[in-house]
Amino acid sequence: MTSQIPVKAQNAPTDRAAEVLGGPVSDTSLRRYLEGIPGVDAVGLEARAASLGTRSIKTTSKARALDTIISLIDLTTLEGADTPGKVRSLVAKALTPDAADPTCPRVAAVCVYGDMVASAVDALGASHGLDTAPGGINVAAVATAFPSGRASRSVKLADTAEAVAAGADEIDMVIDRGAFLSGRYGEVFDEIVAVKEACRRPDGRYAHLKVILETGELNTYDNVRRASWLSILAGGDFIKTSTGKVAPAATLPVTLSMLEVVRDWYRLTGERIGVKPAGGIRTSKDAIKYLVTVAETTGVEWLQPHLFRFGASSLLNDVLLQRQKLSTGHYSAPDYVTID
Amino acid sequence: MTLTTPSALDFLDYAPAPESRGILSLREEYGLFIDGEYVEGHGTPFATISPSTGEHLAMMAAGNAEDVDRAVAAARRAYTTVWSRMPGAERAKYLFRIARLVQERSRELAVAESLDNGKPIKETRDFDVPTVAAWFFYYAGWADKLEHAGLGPDPRGLGVAAQIIPWNFPLMMLAWKIAPALAAGNTVVIKPASTTPLTALLFADILQQADLPAGVVNILSGPGSMGSAMVEHPDVDKVAFTGSTEIGRGIARAISGSRKKLTLELGGKGANIVFDDAPIDAAIEGIVSGIFFNQGQVCCAGSRLLVQESIHDEVVERLKQRLTTLRVGDPLDKNTDVGAINSASQLKTITDLADAGEAEGAVKWSAPCVLPDRGFWYAPTIFTGVSTSHRIAREEIFGPVLSVLTFRTPAEAIAKANNTPYGLSAGIWSDKGSRVLAVVDRLRAGVVWANTFNKFDPASPFGGYKESGYGREGGLPGIQSYLTTGPTDAVTAAKGSTK
Repeated sequence: MTSQIPVKAQNAPTDRAAEVLGGPVSDTSLRRYLEGIPGVDAVGLEARAASLGTRSIKTTSKARALDTIISLIDLTTLEGADTPGKVRSLVAKALTPDAADPTCPRVAAVCVYGDMVASAVDALGASHGLDTAPGGINVAAVATAFPSGRASRSVKLADTAEAVAAGADEIDMVIDRGAFLSGRYGEVFDEIVAVKEACRRPDGRYAHLKVILETGELNTYDNVRRASWLSILAGGDFIKTSTGKVAPAATLPVTLSMLEVVRDWYRLTGERIGVKPAGGIRTSKDAIKYLVTVAETTGVEWLQPHLFRFGASSLLNDVLLQRQKLSTGHYSAPDYVTID
Repeated sequence: MTLTTPSALDFLDYAPAPESRGILSLREEYGLFIDGEYVEGHGTPFATISPSTGEHLAMMAAGNAEDVDRAVAAARRAYTTVWSRMPGAERAKYLFRIARLVQERSRELAVAESLDNGKPIKETRDFDVPTVAAWFFYYAGWADKLEHAGLGPDPRGLGVAAQIIPWNFPLMMLAWKIAPALAAGNTVVIKPASTTPLTALLFADILQQADLPAGVVNILSGPGSMGSAMVEHPDVDKVAFTGSTEIGRGIARAISGSRKKLTLELGGKGANIVFDDAPIDAAIEGIVSGIFFNQGQVCCAGSRLLVQESIHDEVVERLKQRLTTLRVGDPLDKNTDVGAINSASQLKTITDLADAGEAEGAVKWSAPCVLPDRGFWYAPTIFTGVSTSHRIAREEIFGPVLSVLTFRTPAEAIAKANNTPYGLSAGIWSDKGSRVLAVVDRLRAGVVWANTFNKFDPASPFGGYKESGYGREGGLPGIQSYLTTGPTDAVTAAKGSTK
């Protein structure tokens, strides 16, 4: 894996994968490639994650870290009870995380179910779009029969296309874990390729595709590594740990192993893929461990919203409390930050 | 892709996070610890300094032969009148108490060790001091079970043990020596290394706190000549030494023909073997901890990297990438990965050998890092293109310098790994269990780690083959070298009664 294969990011995923695999994409060629990737030593991986977790981030570094975390959050609501009102409130919080401090950065995106995309876009108004509006934020939608992914291909594609049509900038899809675990890698690959195609807008640009591996169901780090490679080969822009609906969700070792894949993919192709741990990251202290892990694995250039996100709902308020503590010197009660 | 904020790009410049020194209050001067009290030595007191800055820490008393006489007499008295008569369960209580006091005072001991030795606080806090406590807890458990462990009839201590320990893990080596000796019923005269005596004398304070009977442990700081006096003292029954092979040889010569029992834990030139099917990220971490842990000043360091030729370039590239993230600097900063070299003389040894490596044609690469201008420092370094005949592949460097060699087949890896006068440690990295077991079987090394490196547990025996010494520390073998069994030897009994 030392020689760089010149792969153009804009190549169709299937062509690009064929170039990496050295032949047409099939169950057999994918299996040969994925199972030829060096294994993951679970003990070593967990020890490395634990040691990254002992970094002591203080004073000015902590202040920078907290602002960076906020700018990387996908502020999320994924409940059956979601309503347009709830989404409006979430968007307001995303735009003005700390009502008392206008210098507080905005989050990267709001993440909602597909049928709430229109409400989110509407609530954002002129602030819609991380790249298009100044100070704007994106709308991410979960799709493909999230969280289980147990629906027919056509339903999943329709789910995706509708969210994109409603204005979603990012699609968080789930892989078919059943197919993956029974070794039908080609099927998983094809589905990701198809969903990516469903992300194409009329103007030819694509909504960003985040591929959720649901690592809690893949069970082993070797599986996580293979699923990460598979998702990237199939054209995912981001690989994401979890739906948040299955325990365990994001853990530091799992995220580290995915960052290692992203680092290796960059070494191989020169292309940068994003990583999104989601679910279970609730405190600033935990989130800072993730920043350290990113910085020391892929490098600090990954600490930007196009390459790293936190999928979280309660994390933001803990970061705000820590942020207030840094500026005032004492802790506020939870009522000094707003709920969304 | 323009949204990278400058703040995020600076993130890796972690702000200083120094551990507070407030918890440690050092005296200006530390005496020798003999017969339960700090006393003045008969030698010329010497200063102990912080190798990371050159800062003066404290004056240490120096013992000489006369002090050794006093200490051995105190140890003999304590052995005869108290410690050898005390039931194992009672000895255990003292060891448990010491272990708990070490835990209670762990932060203080960690700070002192980092100051005096130069190693990072993250190691003293997370490794050295917890291991010290673990060793006392473990051997406390053995003290009342010796009769039931199948060791033979009437297992009991040997008498007075003279112990000499090195500067690389000062307090941990002290624990490795004292805990099994006391558990078996011996009394102790111990000499810490002259560059790192501080924590041993702080430990004396813990012994007072634990109310350990006077004379059971005596701690003498002093020069090498005092160590010789300990080894040669006629009333010593057991000698235990950890340090260089050269001095170990001298000790073995000095006590040959005497009744004294001896264990030696000496140098090493450990081979870390990476096969092409290794879990590569874990292997890189293992290579790093194998040679840069404690600045490479570890007798069982994986100082020879044997990497399969097919993955050599990739491993070296990944290794260099990883080394650029190592933080070298203030040992008291919680984010420091690599601290200072222990002494000027050790720095010179490292520098000389590295120069020899370059002169012999190996290619040197050092991690880009800014070294402090005061104190003793050496940047993490790897040599590629090393041949088995190079000095850097044969001699123990005892510093943060890795020699990279290649092999083509398992047989060649085994042959190269064993091609050293030493035989202390080795490591194997492979995802294939059968290969790991087959190779382990043929390595002449006292400890072999598979898919990990530098892991220690009190229950696991540690020691070497060939010029790495003999005897084992840790586990049941570790206490056996402080025991005798069978009927009481008439000569020893008579001797004991006259003292």
